Amino acid sequence: MRYIWRNRLLLAGVILVGLIVGMTVFAPWIAPHSPTEALEGKLLLPPSWEHPMGTDNIEQDVLSRVIYGGRVPLLVAFVSALLSLSVGVMLGWVSGYFGGYLDRVLSLCMDAIYSFPSLILAIAIVAMLGPGILNMIFAIFLVYIPTYYRVVRGQVLQIREEEFVAAAHSLGASHLRILIRHIAPNTITSVLAIIPFNIADAILTEAGLSYLGLGLSPTLDPNDLAAADWGIDINKGQKFLQGGHWWLITFPGLMIMLVSLGFGLIGEGLNDLLNPRRRQRM
Amino acid sequence: MSFWQYAVTRLALTIPMVFILLSAVFIVLRIMPGDVCIVVYGGRGRSEDIQRCQEQLGLNKPVFTQYIEYVGGIARLDFGISMRTNKPVLQEILNQVPATLELALAAMVIAVLIGLLTGVGAAVHSDHPLDHGMRFFNVIAFAMPIFWLGLILQIVFAVWLKIFPVGGRIDPITGLSFEPITGLYLIDSLLRADLGLFLKVLKHLTLPAITLGVVLSGVVGRISRANMLEVLDKEYVKTARSKGLPEYRVIISHALRNAMIPIVTVVGLQFALLLGGAILTETVFNWPGLAQYLLRAINARDYPAIQGTVVFITLFISTVNLIVDLLYSRLDPRVRY
Repeated sequence: MRYIWRNRLLLAGVILVGLIVGMTVFAPWIAPHSPTEALEGKLLLPPSWEHPMGTDNIEQDVLSRVIYGGRVPLLVAFVSALLSLSVGVMLGWVSGYFGGYLDRVLSLCMDAIYSFPSLILAIAIVAMLGPGILNMIFAIFLVYIPTYYRVVRGQVLQIREEEFVAAAHSLGASHLRILIRHIAPNTITSVLAIIPFNIADAILTEAGLSYLGLGLSPTLDPNDLAAADWGIDINKGQKFLQGGHWWLITFPGLMIMLVSLGFGLIGEGLNDLLNPRRRQRM
Repeated sequence: MSFWQYAVTRLALTIPMVFILLSAVFIVLRIMPGDVCIVVYGGRGRSEDIQRCQEQLGLNKPVFTQYIEYVGGIARLDFGISMRTNKPVLQEILNQVPATLELALAAMVIAVLIGLLTGVGAAVHSDHPLDHGMRFFNVIAFAMPIFWLGLILQIVFAVWLKIFPVGGRIDPITGLSFEPITGLYLIDSLLRADLGLFLKVLKHLTLPAITLGVVLSGVVGRISRANMLEVLDKEYVKTARSKGLPEYRVIISHALRNAMIPIVTVVGLQFALLLGGAILTETVFNWPGLAQYLLRAINARDYPAIQGTVVFITLFISTVNLIVDLLYSRLDPRVRY
């Protein structure tokens, strides 16, 4: 029973993410208007049949902006997660396998980053390097390395003591070969389940940075397609909140929530699929 | 090993960690962006301006000397002078801390209330639709962009229903005549025995605290559920049931009490998450706390203030983590040092 519920979670997550990613990728074919097109005489209109999500303060169609708005968050989240994954896992392998001083220093550094509020760290980095997609990717990438590192290192420490590793050793296998052939494959399952959570968190961090005005360059031309970003649109829309213009912030925020929910559900589902023993407890 | 030996070891481990963090802050804030004075004044700046700025920030010295001065400054609790206001940064930070602390503590209370209720409820009715519903709530709470939740609450309860104020800690007119004592307005108003003021402050605090609390409640709920499930399986719970105790007593005084210890630790360690969320919550509700100070400093490119705030947060988080760890080992006699 529980198993079906779990698989349903995974399925729901995949569908949700698939829909939103698909919508973002095929935005030019789906969006009814260009996200930057000013529709004459359509200032701050509430949702209607013609504009299901209303229009904003510069006469743009909110639905079209929402459809385009996922490009930057998803790009930032995917690229930064991929980078954190590669660096974190690699450091975890090396640190766990060789141990010694390298391990101690690396672990201390990773624990230090891990214990620090990730959003504040990202804010500090972006604030110093200046706004922009690359700096955002760099900040989020740095913040999530320890998550992978800690899990992988812990696993390697366990696997290192297994008999098949000792056997490989006695057969004269090199360190590199043992790491790649015998240890690395055994750490992959636990890493897989982290990725969706990492992406979900990265999307939320990107949204937070953009909302604070630290994401994309604030001087970015509003006619630039990249300026359609869920977080930025919420930032701009909140000025009109007191006037009751709820649709400006509601829909972009809903998208952020749905896409990170989708990844969260995938993570939950994967977790159980990959570690059946945990199914009992979680 | 005795408790005190453990405490000393734990402290000894904290010091290098703090050093690493402070060094990382130094690298990120001082070395990575290059010369901030050139950034501030740009290509069009006069060379005297840039020079004066470099002297003021000590950027004309070698990096190593800068690092020593930076660490020395922190050790003497000298965070430098704000470029924006010309006041000591530490003083300004300390003025902002009570607002953030009040928000964080209130959010913590709400998170624990919601989290325990949903988590324990889900564990007791494991695999029941109620369990699924509560877990779904927890997943949603995790996925919710905190600033968005804040804005939605704001529009519903402040703009439409007008039950709560839109933002701020206190309305401006009352604020003029109000002299803080501790800086925690709820406590201050109680100390002055002013119930009207207390209610006003509470009204201002409600929406921000709920916003920040709900996001954290997902974490608390998840941990509570996992720990309760584990405890409910223990022999002593079965014993309590078999001797005929009513179910609520079994759950509250036998199971929950034992499940509480790990829950308390996890909650304590969420302070970092809470501070990150506080930045967004403070922005939404115009809450005059640490986050607002940091953002204003960033917008004004006030580097001593940015650095000071980040360093302060670093020290604060490390201290909280240390205290939680020590408390935990003290609370749970089973912990072996």
